[in-house]
Amino acid sequence: MIQRLLLLLPLLLFFVVAGYFLWGLSPDRDPQALPSAMVDKPTPSFDLPPVPGLEQPGFASADLGKGEVVMVNFFASWCVPCRAEHPYLTDLAARTGVPLYGINHRDKPEAAVAWLEELGNPYSRIGADSGRGAVEWGVSGVPETFILDGEGRIRYHHRGPILGQLIEDEVEPMLRALRQ
Amino acid sequence: MKRLIAALAFVVAASLGLPAAAVEPDEVLADAALEQRARDLSHEIRCVVCQNESIDSSNAELAKEMRILVRERLVAGDSDQQVLDYLVARYGDFVLLRPPVKPGTYVLWFGPAVITVLGILGVFFFLRRQRRPASAVQPLSAEEEARLARLLDSADASDAGAPAHAQPGQSQKDTAERS
Amino acid sequence: MIAELGHFALILALLTAVVQGSLPMVGAARGYMPWMSLAAPAALMQLVLVALSFAALTYVYVVSDFTVVNVAENSHSAKPMLYKVTGVWGNHEGSMVLWILILALFGSMVAFFGGNLPPSLKARVLGVQAWIGIGFLLFTLLTSNPFLRVFPAPADGRDLNPLLQDPGLAFHPPLLYAGYVGFSMAFSFAIAALIEGKLDAAWARWVRPWTLLAWAFLTAGIALGSWWAYYELGWGGWWFWDPVENVSFMPWLLGTALLHSAIVVEKRDALKIWTVLLAILTFSLSLMGTFIVRSGLLTSVHAFATDPERGFFILVLLLITVGGSLLLFALRAPVLKPGGLFAPISREGGMVLNNLFLAAACATVFLGTLYPLFLEAIDGSKVSVGPPFYNVTFVPLMVPLLFVMALGPLMPWKRADLAGVFARLKLAALGALAGAAITLYLREGWPVLPAAAMGLVAWLFVASLVEWCERIKLFRAPLGDSWRRARNLPRAAHGMTLAHAGMAIAAAGMIGASVWNLEEVRNLRPGESMQVAGYDYRFDGVEQIQGPNYLADRAQITVTRDGRPVAVLTPEKRLYPVQNMPTTEAAIHTTWVVDLYAVIGDSDGRGGWAVRIFHEPLVPWIWIGCIVMVLGSFVSLSDRRLRIGAPSRKAKAVPAGGHPAPAE
Repeated sequence: MIQRLLLLLPLLLFFVVAGYFLWGLSPDRDPQALPSAMVDKPTPSFDLPPVPGLEQPGFASADLGKGEVVMVNFFASWCVPCRAEHPYLTDLAARTGVPLYGINHRDKPEAAVAWLEELGNPYSRIGADSGRGAVEWGVSGVPETFILDGEGRIRYHHRGPILGQLIEDEVEPMLRALRQ
Repeated sequence: MKRLIAALAFVVAASLGLPAAAVEPDEVLADAALEQRARDLSHEIRCVVCQNESIDSSNAELAKEMRILVRERLVAGDSDQQVLDYLVARYGDFVLLRPPVKPGTYVLWFGPAVITVLGILGVFFFLRRQRRPASAVQPLSAEEEARLARLLDSADASDAGAPAHAQPGQSQKDTAERS
Repeated sequence: MIAELGHFALILALLTAVVQGSLPMVGAARGYMPWMSLAAPAALMQLVLVALSFAALTYVYVVSDFTVVNVAENSHSAKPMLYKVTGVWGNHEGSMVLWILILALFGSMVAFFGGNLPPSLKARVLGVQAWIGIGFLLFTLLTSNPFLRVFPAPADGRDLNPLLQDPGLAFHPPLLYAGYVGFSMAFSFAIAALIEGKLDAAWARWVRPWTLLAWAFLTAGIALGSWWAYYELGWGGWWFWDPVENVSFMPWLLGTALLHSAIVVEKRDALKIWTVLLAILTFSLSLMGTFIVRSGLLTSVHAFATDPERGFFILVLLLITVGGSLLLFALRAPVLKPGGLFAPISREGGMVLNNLFLAAACATVFLGTLYPLFLEAIDGSKVSVGPPFYNVTFVPLMVPLLFVMALGPLMPWKRADLAGVFARLKLAALGALAGAAITLYLREGWPVLPAAAMGLVAWLFVASLVEWCERIKLFRAPLGDSWRRARNLPRAAHGMTLAHAGMAIAAAGMIGASVWNLEEVRNLRPGESMQVAGYDYRFDGVEQIQGPNYLADRAQITVTRDGRPVAVLTPEKRLYPVQNMPTTEAAIHTTWVVDLYAVIGDSDGRGGWAVRIFHEPLVPWIWIGCIVMVLGSFVSLSDRRLRIGAPSRKAKAVPAGGHPAPAE
């Protein structure tokens, strides 16, 4: 009897593994996706200078968590998806009135200025990041967006562009919940 | 192949700027001992935008940033563990090429040892079961052999230390279950 | 026209496979000879058709017919001819056709050489082969057709990835597939044996050469891939424990186990159920490798564009093939009658330990490779399993394996005297001590672990030679006598000695490479030099050159040691304009004990260049060891006993000894 069971064992193990394979193939799964470790963490420590050529001030950790909900968005002029999310972000900031802080990641200042002139500037502050800022925020690429609550705690982190459905399903509900 | 995908990723996604080479001359610390620590540590840290590549060999900008950061923190007096903790706090366990030992990874870490021990036990019982008959080999008639095969076949679940002629109770039960 | 011909031939091959997979199987079940004898001509027919299809695909590549999508996406008119041809399998679709071609080749070899197989076994083996063929032909035709046309045709192609335009990688896939697919032979024989309910020494004698052939190809394929990574990627590394490497390594580990357990089946009629399971699992792992590489399941580095639909198709194929065969195994394995008995200390016992450690090592690699997927499925968290994990789990399993490897060949079948075996290994023990002592002497800082590891490797190497010398009575009998004995010794015995010694050489290389490699990177201006491990590297400067389809910065580095010239290294940094892709070409000078390895990096814009020097002790031994292992397999394969195959079935003796051993 035990021998019979032992002989069945390879098949059973194979079915278990095959089950995982099937799960792994599901279209909802993005094998490249990297979960965030930043949610519920306090504001990272950073101090970013302004982008040369822009009138706006840079910002640092101390500027966040002053009782106001804030969005922080990593972007760069060389980043194609940033261009795609730009109108959505602009609209979101205007509609909700939530301040949008930008972190301009590894960019040439002239290019960033020209990019904002062309597409419009929804950011209330923009810090220039030479690379370390991204590491402090646990960012792996651009664009990435964070929502911080009034105490400066990170409550939401999204890797990739913020676009239509995502705003409706995740971003706006989060903003509403935090502002109540 | 890794660089291949790194390069492809660069072409397709252009995620973090132009590629640089792995550890570059300007990153190297003057203190050889500290530099060696940085190198060893870098082999344990995954470049999170690459494919199974350590930051030491990666040419991604983010990996370069992390290499510099590792060195800065070591120079500032951090222990190796503190540097790793710093990165785990920002990127999660994913950043470690040596996964931490915790309930979620017990199977990973102890699986190989458990499998090996089970294998050794299996081999042990298998060999013990055949030790006795091997010591006194005497040809049996075909009929005896067939009978014995039936008995052994049904009794091999029983303790291997038992005589080759299995316990009658056990074999009956097994036979009953099987039929 | 040619492309359509190739497509049509592939469809005909599918129809032939359907015939080959059905009628002979029914014939074998009913004992109907004419249907059984259909299998062989069908297998040959299939080879002709698939070869025709492959030739057609090669033709459209050679003439750069960009009306074919596959060619347009993976080739370019300016590409050197060699890479136009090898580009055929440098992409997913083409590599599937190659896969099928090799499968058909193996099938037709059974048809051709299998004259002495019992007709029902031959029919069933070819039938199972045809089933595998049907699966992959359907997969190729339905999801990965390489003959699709595009309109309008592009003016030129997108070119093959420059990293693949390399002789090492050009021949890596065919060897690897020959290994993967070669294991299908053992698989088909195992399934046929399960269906027949009969597995005996003769069966093992048919299976062994096929397994050995597959193993030799796989060894060569993995070694070539590793070598390519070593010189082409410019990191001085040769193994990265990447999922794609691991999936080729797992069948190798189990295939090695199978190779040994099949010997026990042949000589002693024991371990039958286990051997059948190994045969099934080895090929299953080969299939799983194909699945993982092409499904995008794991974030891994590989050249194939991934597609979930294709992944799903192969998964279904995997479920049918592996699930079906393991079900058959669970149902039919009890039918296989256990055979010869043996004492724990015996040749068989050694093989069992070999199988134990290899299987455990394979399980470890399996766990490490797939664990990120398992964990992600369970709680959504992501982990990375990298080289540090394998260093502490896999490597310790190799220690007892290498140790026992030295003992096994010295032990007689059935029962051995361990004290006697160790007595014969005095010389090996001396060798081990010498190996450890030399390591301690040559290396500073009292490196205990590396010294122990080198001692272990020396132990294995000397023991392998001792066994061989004993068999030919070298130094114990007149030389002429020894020569005669060596000539009379079965080729398989020479093969085993070579394979084991090769393993020792390769292991020494791996230890040296992972423990003592050095890397220095420095910014040098022309005329400046740097010292690495006693060698002096003078950077002479960089010149721009134009290759056939690339531009390059070529550096010249003069290597001297104590003022004496050693070598001139010319590493390059290339840019392939079609794909706008930079590559590095390392320059390597080998002294056969150490590789001097140079890579040129970026210019700092002020006349300085990043020069990267790797000092790689013993790395050449890895490839030498692999070559010796492969050589050993081919020497074994030339053994008359294997070539002729099994003796007539009547001659097959019932194994000595009365008591049947219970199957494991």
